[in-house]
Amino acid sequence: MALDFDLIVIGSGPGGYVAAIRAAQLGLKTAIVERELLGGVCLNWGCIPTKALLKSGEVFEQLSHLGDYGLGVEKPSFDFEKIVARSRGVAKQLNQGVAYLMKKHKIEVIEGEARLEKGSPSPKVVVALKAGGARTVQAKSVILATGARAKVIPAIGLAPDGDRIWTYREALTPKACPKSLLVVGSGAIGVEFASFYRALGSDVTVIEALDRILPVEDEEVSKAAQKAFEKRGLKFRIGAKVTKLAATKSGVKIDLESGGKSEVLTAERAIVAVGIDGNVENLGLETLGVKLDRGHVVIDSHCATGVAGLYAIGDVAGAPWLAHKASHEAIHCVEHIAGVAGPDIAAPIPGCTYAQPQIASVGLTEAFAKKAGHEVKVGRFPFRVNGKAIASGELEGFVKTVFDAKTGQLLGAHMIGGEVTEMIQGFALAMTMETTEAELMATVFPHPTMSEAMHESVLDAYGRVLHL
Amino acid sequence: MTDILMPALSPTMEEGTLAKWNVKIGDVVKSGDVIAEIETDKATMEVEAVDEGIVDAILVPAGTAGVKVNTAIARLRGEDEAAAPAAAPAKAEAPASPAVPAPAAAKPVAAPAPVAAKADGASRVFASPLARRIADEKQVSLSGITGSGPHGRIVKADVENAKSAPAPAAAAPAAAAPPKPAATAASGQIPMIEQMGIPAGSYDLVPLDAMKKVIARRMTGSFRDVPHFPLTIDLEIDRLLDARGRINAALEKQGVKVSVNDIVIKAVALALKAVPDANASYTPEGIAMHHHADVAVAVAIDGGLITPIVRAAEGRTLADISKTMKDLAERARTRKLKAEEFQGGTFSVSNLGMMGIKSFNSIINEPQGCILSVGVGEKRPVVRGDQLAIATVMTVTLTCDHRVVDGAIGARWLQAFKGFIEDPVTMLA
Repeated sequence: MALDFDLIVIGSGPGGYVAAIRAAQLGLKTAIVERELLGGVCLNWGCIPTKALLKSGEVFEQLSHLGDYGLGVEKPSFDFEKIVARSRGVAKQLNQGVAYLMKKHKIEVIEGEARLEKGSPSPKVVVALKAGGARTVQAKSVILATGARAKVIPAIGLAPDGDRIWTYREALTPKACPKSLLVVGSGAIGVEFASFYRALGSDVTVIEALDRILPVEDEEVSKAAQKAFEKRGLKFRIGAKVTKLAATKSGVKIDLESGGKSEVLTAERAIVAVGIDGNVENLGLETLGVKLDRGHVVIDSHCATGVAGLYAIGDVAGAPWLAHKASHEAIHCVEHIAGVAGPDIAAPIPGCTYAQPQIASVGLTEAFAKKAGHEVKVGRFPFRVNGKAIASGELEGFVKTVFDAKTGQLLGAHMIGGEVTEMIQGFALAMTMETTEAELMATVFPHPTMSEAMHESVLDAYGRVLHL
Repeated sequence: MTDILMPALSPTMEEGTLAKWNVKIGDVVKSGDVIAEIETDKATMEVEAVDEGIVDAILVPAGTAGVKVNTAIARLRGEDEAAAPAAAPAKAEAPASPAVPAPAAAKPVAAPAPVAAKADGASRVFASPLARRIADEKQVSLSGITGSGPHGRIVKADVENAKSAPAPAAAAPAAAAPPKPAATAASGQIPMIEQMGIPAGSYDLVPLDAMKKVIARRMTGSFRDVPHFPLTIDLEIDRLLDARGRINAALEKQGVKVSVNDIVIKAVALALKAVPDANASYTPEGIAMHHHADVAVAVAIDGGLITPIVRAAEGRTLADISKTMKDLAERARTRKLKAEEFQGGTFSVSNLGMMGIKSFNSIINEPQGCILSVGVGEKRPVVRGDQLAIATVMTVTLTCDHRVVDGAIGARWLQAFKGFIEDPVTMLA
């Protein structure tokens, strides 16, 4: 049978649609299969609409500090429906943007749900079309980019109930702002929603089973973040294990166990943010013999699954569950398929949390670096002595850098504070280019900017800090 | 203490192979003594001591390839200075017993990073700062490492992989071993050729020696950067062959036998004098108009080619050109040419006539403005008036650098050259 395409991409999130565009650029005849909305979770139900909500929360929170800037308003207020409507509008705009990009690159969009069947040179793709009926297509290569969803644990009630218990998805479009809220899980997703609802005045408690919030971040950042959040009225239960979450007549009730003691908390609503599960079901992966590990597809350094012609990228292929990691793998995978030299897939992947204050990091934490056997030099610089930060009234947070003491390699950078998510790429670039402390010290950082704290942090690691 | 540095034996030399040491630790050397032999891309040359003293340490063992110019290769101490403490040279864990004096303290290629980085533009090694620093610390030379980063940039992993390969440092103190090519295979990367679909095991990889690298770099650079065009013309050489016969009969007693190529060299030189615009080099500062016709002649040698130069050929007799060429070609084949004997010609000649090639276009040998490709002389039908006749015809092609030599200049030069070749007597004018 003649092949319909050079490449079929299943899933149109930031992994899938980027893969399709890169493939089209390289001259591959490409199709993309999407069962729901172009752009996937990222821009319909994840990264983008949450940023819209958080911006509303941030602006509202600033209104309560207007006096600090010599300003005042009569009585700050918000319209929750309009906040959600704005967020949906932002998502819609970007969704249409992806549709435009597919058209521009002559990528055929097949709307429906895909299932794979054995085939050569790559599995056949059988699509149950949204419009009804089925269509079978085949290409030289197939990229699985089906993404992931919120992890649920129904046995102890950590699963959406259609009303009071939410995942990120329900938390994006509620009818009203809950008066009180329990957030289970203190990763980026949990902390962002907690930050948003707290900014609008909700009484929010975050429950974390491990011994600190934001457990993937550097310990100093976790500590500073908890302090900053508590200052805003967020409550935490750290090292607390959920034994049961259930809806009641008037709200939700959660049973916790912590250090041998049990506790019961109640609230109006709860958000389950305990992790991510790859979308690996109903794709026919078992029949093909695709190797799975704890809910995600196992891939090699070129994103190949081991089944001829089948690749997997992004969330479905495992952590870190980040849109830019999916896009990075997409480019690498497609260039590998097309036989052109690709980027180094081992490039460091920054992570960002858009709470108030923001958190951003790349590379190894100090503890990890030591565990990996590095002798380290660590530098820190707080924003409270940075001129721009003082002028802007953004005094929280700091920049921390971790260097290998022997080689001067920048092993990791960790930041908390205003707009640090916009700054972390400076360190990501430095790490990707393999600069040492010497180049970072020799780089001119503009004054006055918050980014000067990055420079100072590097100087501090080598005992040369200027403004401390 | 005085460090002896890797010398630059020619203006373009970037690195070389330290082929042989003629001294060992403890030897007394005087200024002018031959202390080592160095192989560059094109020749083997002797290194003379500039200072006097006692050899205190041999820093680069014999047989080390890719030694950068200005790297310390040995250390001299004054007669009254104490020998360096034993611990220092033993740093590289010399397995040597005291009976193996010379290269034991193998401390190779400690090229200070700034030198490597700031060497002239053409030889810049692209490496990440981290890769440079690690290479420096591990004393691995970057020049022998194949980069796996974008555009061949050397990254940390390349240096780390390279150091686990048999680096020059680990070369056996037996030292007479032939220079090892720089480690490329051990880098853990899929070789480029396999990425392009040639399966592993279906080929043998011959490492690039210095000459191959120079040819690859210079020819690629020239073909890409020089706007070149060919001009082709047929020459009748019956009269030339006749003249050659008579000349050789006259020179027989001297033991000289003039070849067609020798006459071509002479005619080239005279044509360059007649059309001096063709004896020129493009430079960003201006066009260099050469005073002499220094004719470089391509000589095929084992593993590549080299272009020894007949200097000021316009003033030489054919017997002189013939003898000079014979000597140069012979020494080229044994790689015994001095740098000035193959660098700096103003015009090149490449002759494949003896291989039966009818016509071809050579690649400009920068910074020269032209190169002449000489084909086979063979009997061909020619038209005289309205009659077919037989003549011995030779096709030549002049490849010109258009920045220096326009079509009209090239054509005028070929006219002049044709005049000398078709009527050799006019060369006496």
